[in-house]
Amino acid sequence: MIEVTEIRKSYGAVQAVQGISFSIKTGEVVGLLGPNGAGKSTTMRMITGFLTADHGTITVEGINVADDPLGARARIGYLPESAPLYLDMEVTDFLRYIAALRRVQKNVVTGRVRDMVDVCGLGSVVGRPIGELSKGYRQRVGLAAAMLHQPSVLILDEPTSGLDPNQIQEIRAVIRELGRMRTVILSTHILQEVEAVCHRALIINKGQLVGQGSLTELMAQGHSQVRYHVLVNAAETALRDRAGSLAGVNLVACHAASTNWREAVFESTTTKPVSGEAIFQWTVANGWQLRELRRESASLEDVFRELTQ
Amino acid sequence: MNTILTIARREFAAYFTSPIAYVFLTTFLVLTGFLFFRSFFLIGEADLRPFFMLMPWIFLFYVPAVAMGKWAEERRQGTLELLLTLPVADHDVVLGKFFAGLGLIATALAGTLPMALTVSLLGNLDWGPVLGGYLGLLFLGGAYLAIGLVVSSITHNQIIAFILGVMACFFLLIIGEPIVTIAVPPALVGVVSYCGLGYHFSSIGRGVIDSRDLVYYGSVIGFFLWVNYRIILQRR
Repeated sequence: MIEVTEIRKSYGAVQAVQGISFSIKTGEVVGLLGPNGAGKSTTMRMITGFLTADHGTITVEGINVADDPLGARARIGYLPESAPLYLDMEVTDFLRYIAALRRVQKNVVTGRVRDMVDVCGLGSVVGRPIGELSKGYRQRVGLAAAMLHQPSVLILDEPTSGLDPNQIQEIRAVIRELGRMRTVILSTHILQEVEAVCHRALIINKGQLVGQGSLTELMAQGHSQVRYHVLVNAAETALRDRAGSLAGVNLVACHAASTNWREAVFESTTTKPVSGEAIFQWTVANGWQLRELRRESASLEDVFRELTQ
Repeated sequence: MNTILTIARREFAAYFTSPIAYVFLTTFLVLTGFLFFRSFFLIGEADLRPFFMLMPWIFLFYVPAVAMGKWAEERRQGTLELLLTLPVADHDVVLGKFFAGLGLIATALAGTLPMALTVSLLGNLDWGPVLGGYLGLLFLGGAYLAIGLVVSSITHNQIIAFILGVMACFFLLIIGEPIVTIAVPPALVGVVSYCGLGYHFSSIGRGVIDSRDLVYYGSVIGFFLWVNYRIILQRR
């Protein structure tokens, strides 16, 4: 469980985070979204105690980060952006070192390290210094180090950056699995990632929380107008002439798809969605053939663009 | 205590994962050996005092090199974020790094022991002052190291950390020398020369271990480690 209230942080004159509040329950995977420089990493760094908030309070599993920084840090597993690691260390030596500093009991360290090597698919790189590993493997070592002590809170700053599509699928599966009984925050600017693994998203822009909610909630609040794409075999002039007889929608664009076919884009004039049947009836009434009628569904990308511009 | 040891052990081992530590140690031993034996056979006395008097100057370049990467590299690589988000107290990290550096200094000093043995074989060496001298060197090295760590913690660049470290140690070394004290008001000469790192070493080099000198070095080490701790705390 993470509770963040009105946190602020500035670097000199730059206000990186300006009063963000949110709370995340156990068993929730939350995506922190936002353009570059929005304050995602700064927010995560304040929760993990790498930076101290200028103002506001943060509690992790009921522990105030400012009052008991070590206690809070002990409950967090953190993967910093681009997974910084000690490049001169061998993979399992590194994991053992982190385990020692995290005071993982000596008799379970070996087992834990073996588990993490399995979960993160590190079997083929055991025995090699981290400096020799590719970006994707380093990312996995970082993830293994973050989960080694079985933390109840997991904070991952761009966990899948630099991974290939297969690895991304694997890591997402791991995160989804972990999210069942833990609190997970991950930052990303890949929107599909949020759709794939998160229950809820927090959208941050210019240091402020500009939107939050489950994915369906966000999509509902984002899209005000519904668009229809219609592909018909009609002349452009005829299309434009007859468009007026269609109630509830405006013709916003019309262009040639091929010699006979035109693609027309209609936008609803009200927020109430118009049914596609009306458009179908309209083309039939005009004696045109209809090849495609598509309602543009609101995507997280639209919401993101709307909220962060 | 355990944490300090874990960090110190890892940081000490890290010196030897790159060739740098070996280059440092070799250069250090060759240089000190050459400078010492060059005059040793001319003077013809079984005495290590020239060696001890030489060391503050050799350490001036050696110790900042030991300290330079300790924080600067962590900042450059981003691993500072990893280290400072572990449930480890900041002062333990500072002490861990200090003892790792002190370990490398002690290793270098241990490497000069064959030199002392050679001298004792050639003549009648008084081991009391020699042991005292080594102890003093460890304290002097510790003081340089603490200063070097502070400098390393304020930059991302090892080279800058090295040069600033040498300058800072040099300043504290010469402050007690006559060439500096001649320029200060007579009433302050005592105070100023007391602050000099070199002033306290000269008596140790003669084989006199005065608790006041050790207290002085202890205070310098303590003070700069505290400054280091504050800097780390401040950057959060």
